[in-house]
Amino acid sequence: MKHRTFFWFFLPTALAMLIFIAAPIVSVVLQSLFVPHEAVLIETENCGPFGCTPSTVIDQEATDKLRQEQPLGRFAGLEVYRDRGHLAVTEVRTAWAESESWGDFFSVLGNLPFYRSMAFTLTYTFTVTPLLIMLGFAIAVAVNSLNKHLKGVVIFFSLLPMIVNPLVGSLVLFWMIDSRGVLGSLIQYLADDPNLSLKASTGLMWISLIIYGVWHSAPFAFVVFYAGLQTVPMDTLESAQVDGATRWQQIRYVVIPHLMPLVTFVALIQLMDNFRVFEPIIGFNASAHAQSLSWIIFNDLGGETRQLSAAATTSVLTIIGVAILLSPVLVRTWRDFKEKA
Amino acid sequence: MTPAARNKPLALRIGAAVFVVVWLITAAFPFLWTFWGSFKVELDFFSIADWTNALTGERTEETYGRPFTGAGYFGAWVQEGFWRPVINTTIVCFFVVCTSLTIGTLAGYALSRSSYHYVFWLLITALIFRAMPPITLVSGYLPPFFQWNLWGYLPTAIIVLVAINQPFTLWMLHSFFTKIPRELDESAKVDGCTQFQAFRLVIIPVMWPGVITTGLFSFLLAYNDFAVTSMLLSEANRTMVPEIAAFLGTTYTEGNVMFAVAAVVSATAPIFILVMFFQRQIVSGLTAGAVKG
Amino acid sequence: MYLKTTALAGALVLAAAGAASACEITGGRVSIIGNEFPAIQTVGAGAGECGGIEFNSNLTADHQKLNVAGMSGDPAEYTTAIIANSSIVALINEDVIQPLDDLVAQYGQDLRPNQLITIDGKVMAVAFMANAQHLVYRKDVLEQIGAEVPTSYEDMLAAAKMIRDQGIMDNPIGGAYAAGWNLAQEFNNMFLGYGGNHFKAGTAEPNVNSEAGVNALNMMKALSEYMNPDFLTHDSNATNAEYRAGNVALMNMWGSRAATLTTAEGVLQEVIDGHAIAGPMTVGGGATPASTLWWDGWTVAKNVSDADAEATFQAMMHGIRPAMLNDETSTLAVWLIDGYEPTPAAIGVFEAAQAGTIPYPMLPYMGLMHTALGNELADFMQGKESAEQALTDVEAAYVAAAKEKGFLN
Repeated sequence: MKHRTFFWFFLPTALAMLIFIAAPIVSVVLQSLFVPHEAVLIETENCGPFGCTPSTVIDQEATDKLRQEQPLGRFAGLEVYRDRGHLAVTEVRTAWAESESWGDFFSVLGNLPFYRSMAFTLTYTFTVTPLLIMLGFAIAVAVNSLNKHLKGVVIFFSLLPMIVNPLVGSLVLFWMIDSRGVLGSLIQYLADDPNLSLKASTGLMWISLIIYGVWHSAPFAFVVFYAGLQTVPMDTLESAQVDGATRWQQIRYVVIPHLMPLVTFVALIQLMDNFRVFEPIIGFNASAHAQSLSWIIFNDLGGETRQLSAAATTSVLTIIGVAILLSPVLVRTWRDFKEKA
Repeated sequence: MTPAARNKPLALRIGAAVFVVVWLITAAFPFLWTFWGSFKVELDFFSIADWTNALTGERTEETYGRPFTGAGYFGAWVQEGFWRPVINTTIVCFFVVCTSLTIGTLAGYALSRSSYHYVFWLLITALIFRAMPPITLVSGYLPPFFQWNLWGYLPTAIIVLVAINQPFTLWMLHSFFTKIPRELDESAKVDGCTQFQAFRLVIIPVMWPGVITTGLFSFLLAYNDFAVTSMLLSEANRTMVPEIAAFLGTTYTEGNVMFAVAAVVSATAPIFILVMFFQRQIVSGLTAGAVKG
Repeated sequence: MYLKTTALAGALVLAAAGAASACEITGGRVSIIGNEFPAIQTVGAGAGECGGIEFNSNLTADHQKLNVAGMSGDPAEYTTAIIANSSIVALINEDVIQPLDDLVAQYGQDLRPNQLITIDGKVMAVAFMANAQHLVYRKDVLEQIGAEVPTSYEDMLAAAKMIRDQGIMDNPIGGAYAAGWNLAQEFNNMFLGYGGNHFKAGTAEPNVNSEAGVNALNMMKALSEYMNPDFLTHDSNATNAEYRAGNVALMNMWGSRAATLTTAEGVLQEVIDGHAIAGPMTVGGGATPASTLWWDGWTVAKNVSDADAEATFQAMMHGIRPAMLNDETSTLAVWLIDGYEPTPAAIGVFEAAQAGTIPYPMLPYMGLMHTALGNELADFMQGKESAEQALTDVEAAYVAAAKEKGFLN
């Protein structure tokens, strides 16, 4: 395709992405390098329905002057990246120097928000992604072999985990796994332990979140693979059958290679989504046990005093994390791309 | 695959059937449970005393004299006017799907038919764009939107949803278009078509499986989005999800969980109809449209 | 609840139609941002009755994320924000609201002096309702074990032990201990009850890693032994549900939720009969209750024309006029409005105010401390680290945030 033609085909999408994603990314990167001016505080008295209390307020006139001089704020460079809320460079260095064993070192790391959230995020990403790809593939193959009339209903019900509103969906699931809910009671019965509670233990909470993640995202993989299965070349499959290939061999040597680009695609999207895991942590009220980078951003932005620079920094770290995570898949895509070109 | 399915050994067929049934139960059970529970009072739905109350409806019987009640539905639809957010959601979903598919197919097609290096880098850039957490993006939109008086309107939310989802649409359509053989449009071009004519006359008729699948995901994204719609829409223009969140209540105040549950259940019905309607496209459409070159 | 609000709004509209001359403003724009609970909905609807103005309201749970951005433009999208003592700080820090002294002098004759929120000598907000956390208990259960109504957390622990030992309830204490904002709020209560101060006097230096802090955490841990094991996931909704189901006999709960505790559908009869409320409890022999006082009020944006500011002030005054109080509205909140007769559900909040409970600190950096507490205390509550370590973490997290915001060097 000629550059000119390509340009016109691509222009609308490019505009949408430049205005609504690229521009905000630039401003977020800037925001992560600058912090608000030092607040000039004055002591004063606040009065209200419950009497007067001595208090402190920001001296707006003095602060305003600082703002006028430097509208972006103080330049902080990478200072925010290095503070305790993010990479915690000083804390990690001290821990490295002082801890006597790996266990000590990791327990210090586990106490720092960034590393604590990375431990969960990475575990979650690397268990959920492969599991959901396998499950999605199995469902797609099984559904594909079904009777034509059943397919519509089965597809609909398979999509339910994605369709049911996540707010209420997670509320219902969260209730079901309560120690007195229907699934929680079942698990207690199966484990023969009447005091078992999924919500009170970190390990079990992680497992619940992982199961929820697979359950929620498997339909996505299923639909993509199912659509891909419709385009499996019949002649190749038939000639494989003529050659006496077993069913497993047909899947292994014809179907899977054909679906490989789709597997790459699903893996890319899901690695990224799982790395940014957020909704289930909120839905399951799980922040005591599991935190993710997206959750930290939410927490920084959701407080009574919004920490914009901290949130911006965590966002940039998320992007960097996703880039590192995806690099193997990207290298593979690059090779595929070169081969085709 | 279809001919192969016919002569499967019995054991394999039973195995596959059992697997599908187990999966269906896993997928649908929470929904069916919600559906059943939506006719109960809150204390039965979250039956803290004994989970079997959710089945028998003990507290519901105490309150209404029978184990089922439509109070949640009445509350959500009649008292709270849930039809308004439903209309808003319909508008948002329709325009998000149409817009993102229109500009997405053009771009995805172009990406799949060009072999310059910038194609790869464009795809990578799109992917990196997608890595940006939506809540950060949305909080970045607020000041300019308020400044230019764009905040609170449906078109704003639609454009933002389209843009945020565009990297995904692009990747998805790109991988589908790559699987449509290049010879198709090449030969059309040899016959004297321009690139756009080749796209319109040759590619559009065979691209539906991929487009429908992508459209389905665009639809679900717009339908279930919370981050964008809750922050960018005013109270009057709210879509379903923020409205349901409002039913749930906050720290200081009582919500009405049963309104939310009833709203979720009744909001799923149109999707059911939609998927049933599209299943002919999804199932037979996909099979018939399978590319044979 | 929603039924009431809707019916109420309808009634108000009718009333307004009957007495349209009650609020007639000569031009101007009024646009409200605020939380969505029924009391605020009522105030908003009241303001909207006024004729002659361009009226708009956006009442949503996400109001805190929108109000600063929506008031920063020029002219501001929102001419008024309804806020609480915790959230007014963000508006003051960003300097987006204006002093109301002139407007109060001109239009505020109906206001009681204690409704005026003055900061640095200037009226910055008008409060219309109060809130506090206080004891909610089951008098039938306390009678059964022969215990008095607890006035301190130590009494509460003793009563809980008896209830459990006598096999009446497994987990008799309830509390909104969900990790995050709720847990931090419970710590604030307890910490102030032990006489703690969040900051070193006159500075933004943290001061929670102190004896009061450790005592507060240990008391919370002791209470949690009598709570449902999932307590770290229980917000006030979940805690109330436990109470309604008859699983909890004693809890510290928001006054704003006391009125509806037993009116929900299907609440057990024994809970309805045994339900009672009392003032907040003290802790560690202290005289100050372990709770905080809250108010909700409204402000006027800075970047609006004088005409809009006047219209907004008048309309909001109409929203909180004494005449709006009736049987329906009186139960919605503990109003600070002139002529309000406290309902039985308001006792807890009134007692909190009388017992000298400390108002939630209105300091520019309190929000950062609250966030840090919410994030770092869960490890201690799970027994993963010591109280001292948890408080050290809190201070470290707070210091990092305060440095970034320019409150500390």
